[in-house]
Amino acid sequence: MQRIIKNNEVIDETWHLLPKDATLDGISNCDDLIVPLSLWRDHARALKVRDGGLGVWLDADEEAEEIGEDANQLQVIALNFPAFTDGRSYSNARLLRERYGFKGELRAIGDVLRDQLFYMRRCGFDAFALRADKDPYEALESLQDFSVTYQAATDEPLPLFRRR
Amino acid sequence: MRAELPRQNPIPASQYAAVSDRPKPETETYMYVYDEYDQRIIEDRVKQFRDQTRRYLAGELSEEEFRPLRLQNGLYIQRFAPMLRVAVPYGQLNSRQVRKLAQIARDYDKGYAHISTRQNVQYNWPALEDVPDILAELATVQMHAIQTSGNCLRNVTTDQFAGVAADELIDPRPWCEIVRQWTTFHPEFAYLPRKFKIAINGSSSDRAAIEVHDIGLEAVYNAAGELGFRVLVGGGLGRTPVVGAFINEFLPWQDLLSYLDAILRVYNRYGRRDNKYKARIKILVKALTPEVFAEKVEAEMAHLRGGQTTLTEAEVHRVAKHFVDPQYKALSNQDAELAALDKEHPGFARWRTRNTLAHKKPGYVAVTLSLKPTGVAPGDITDKQLDAVADLADRYSFGHLRTSHEQNIILADVEQSQLFTLWGELREQGFATPNIGLLTDIICCPGGDFCSLANAKSIPIAESIQRRFDDLDYLFDIGELDLNISGCMNACGHHHVGHIGILGVDKKGEEFYQVSLGGSGARGASLGKILGPSFAQDDMPDVIEKLIDVYVEQRTEDERFIDTYQRIGIDLFKERVYAANH
Repeated sequence: MQRIIKNNEVIDETWHLLPKDATLDGISNCDDLIVPLSLWRDHARALKVRDGGLGVWLDADEEAEEIGEDANQLQVIALNFPAFTDGRSYSNARLLRERYGFKGELRAIGDVLRDQLFYMRRCGFDAFALRADKDPYEALESLQDFSVTYQAATDEPLPLFRRR
Repeated sequence: MRAELPRQNPIPASQYAAVSDRPKPETETYMYVYDEYDQRIIEDRVKQFRDQTRRYLAGELSEEEFRPLRLQNGLYIQRFAPMLRVAVPYGQLNSRQVRKLAQIARDYDKGYAHISTRQNVQYNWPALEDVPDILAELATVQMHAIQTSGNCLRNVTTDQFAGVAADELIDPRPWCEIVRQWTTFHPEFAYLPRKFKIAINGSSSDRAAIEVHDIGLEAVYNAAGELGFRVLVGGGLGRTPVVGAFINEFLPWQDLLSYLDAILRVYNRYGRRDNKYKARIKILVKALTPEVFAEKVEAEMAHLRGGQTTLTEAEVHRVAKHFVDPQYKALSNQDAELAALDKEHPGFARWRTRNTLAHKKPGYVAVTLSLKPTGVAPGDITDKQLDAVADLADRYSFGHLRTSHEQNIILADVEQSQLFTLWGELREQGFATPNIGLLTDIICCPGGDFCSLANAKSIPIAESIQRRFDDLDYLFDIGELDLNISGCMNACGHHHVGHIGILGVDKKGEEFYQVSLGGSGARGASLGKILGPSFAQDDMPDVIEKLIDVYVEQRTEDERFIDTYQRIGIDLFKERVYAANH
C-alpha cells in the first residue's frame, strides 16, 4: 500500500485516484475517491450521494476558480504537478485556501519530490503523495528546511516585516 | 538635491530627520545589515544545499532533479567546470565582503572573479563539492548565491550611483532591499515558466535600464506629493527583445509588494510553459496586450489590496535607516584646484572626464574603476585586485563600493581633494583606464571561452576591438558609445541595447558575428537594428572602424554616435561596411 505524508506524518493511503478519463460506469459506492475535475463538473450530484468520501483533482492547467466556492463540499482537493518544475499548482493551492477558504485536505500529487515540500506546505498543502520511487520518511526532513520566512502565505498570514 | 524637491514624503519628514541624526551604525557600513532573521535564512540555505549536494553526489538525486536546485544557488555546469554566481544585491558591497570574495577566488578558484552584467560576481572554476563550503564562507559576510539563476525571481538591480547621484528623486536601495526580501524563497513563485528580473530606478536618468526588464519600477510623486511607482512589465532581451510597457502610472508605495504578487501570480498561472523560448513574461504581455494584462493584475489586486502584505512605514524605516548618508565632511567643490591639476597632468584630466561623476554633496565625487583595460576579459578582476579595491574603499570611500551592470566598480564617496592621489593608486592597480562610457568600455558576456550555451567567443572580439582603438585621443574624439557583445542569443552581453551590438552566431559549426546599430537601454529604450549579413571574427575590428568612420564624417557638433545614427539611419553605415565585400 502506498504511504503519503499528511500533517507531518507518514500514513497509509486510503483514497483512490481516478484517471483523467474516468467515467461514472462501475464507480465504487463506498470507496474514498479523488475524481478528475471534468467528472465532478458533469456529475457532482451523483458523486455526492455516494457513501464513500469525495475528492477532486485538478491538473496544472485547470483553474482553482472552477471549484471556487464549492471547495468546502469536498473532503480532498488534489493538485497535480506534471513536472516538479511546473509551478502552477502553487498558485491554485493558495487560491483554494486563501480565496475560497478550503478547509479540507489539500494534497500534492504527480511529480512530488522532497525538495519542493517546504514551498508546497507554505502554499497550503497539508498532504503529499510523493512520487512512487521516493521515500516519504526521508522527505519529512525537508519540511523543516527553513526556520524563518519573509512572505505572507497560507501557513503564515503575516509577512516577516509585521513580525520582526 | 533631494531636499529641494517639492514633495511631501509619505514618511513624515520628522522621522527622516531622526534617522539621519542617529549615530553611525556600529558596523560602519552604509548598506543593509542583516538581523538574526536574515542571517538565519541564509544559514538555513547553506545547510539545505549542503544536503542536496550530498544526495546528488550519493546518487540519490538525479541530474535532472538536482539541476533546478543547483541553479537556484547560482551553480551552472559549464564548459570546463561549474560556474558559481554570487549575488551582489543591487550592486552594493562593503570592503569586508570584497575581501571574502578575494579569499574565495584564491582558495576555490584560479585567483580571479568576474563582475557580471547583473552586478553579480561569478567564479568560473570552483569544484561542485566545494560549493556548500563556499556558500558557508559567504554567509559569514551576509552574502549568498540565492536565486542568481534558474526560472525564479532573480537579483534586483538598480543604478550604481544610487544614493549619491545628483539627479536622484529617491534612493532606490531601501526599495530594492524590500523587494529582495520578498523575492527570497517566495513559496508561490519558485518554479516560474522562466527567469524573472526586476529593476528599480530612482533618478531622472535611467541608469538601471528598467525598460528592458520583466518588471521595471520607477519612483514618482503624484500631484498630492505622495510617493509611488510607475510600473512597467514585459521588457527583456534574450531571443525576442522587447521594450516593456507601463501598465500603471502610479502605484502607491504601500501596495508595492501586493502588486508584485499580483503580477507574478498572473504570470505564474498563464505564462507559457510549453516552449522555453516563449516563456518569458514579455510573450504573455504581448499575447494578451498590455491593457488586458493590466486588467488581470487589477482583478488580482482587488483581492490583495489592503492585505497583510501592504507595506508599513515602520518597515520602510527599518530598511531605510541602513542607507543613511556616510559622515560627509562639510567641504566645498575643488573646481579650481582640479582644473589646475588637469592642466599639469593631461592623463588625470582625461581620466577625470570619463571616470568620475558629479556627487550630490559638495566636495565629493563618484569614481568608476574601469575593469576594461585592453587584454583583460571585460569585468574580470584578480584576487589581489579585489583586496586592493577593498583597501581603497576603506581609505577613500567609507569602506563601501558598488558594482555596475556595465561590469565596472564604483567608489561612490571620494573627496575631491583626494582624487589625484587616488588616481595614482588606481593606475598602479590597473583600474585607471580612462574609458568609462567610451567604445572600449565594452559590455561582454563570458562567451564561448567559458559558457556552454554560447555559439561563439566574445572576449577575443572585445579584445581585438580594444586593440584597434588604442589611441586615447581618437577614442575620446569618438565620445560616448555603448558597444555590447553577446556570445549567443541569450543576450547576457545586452547586445540589443548597445549603440553598436555584436551577437555571436553559429553557422555550420563556424563562429560569425552579427552587428546591430541603434540600441539603447537608457530612458526611452530602443532595440538595435541588424546591419546585414554576419562577419568573420577577423573582420570585426575593420567593421567597427568603418562604422566609426561613417559617424565621424557625418556627425554634427556634440552628436554622439547614437544621435547621428538616429538622424541619418542605417543606410550609410550599411553601404560602407558591405562595399568592401563586393
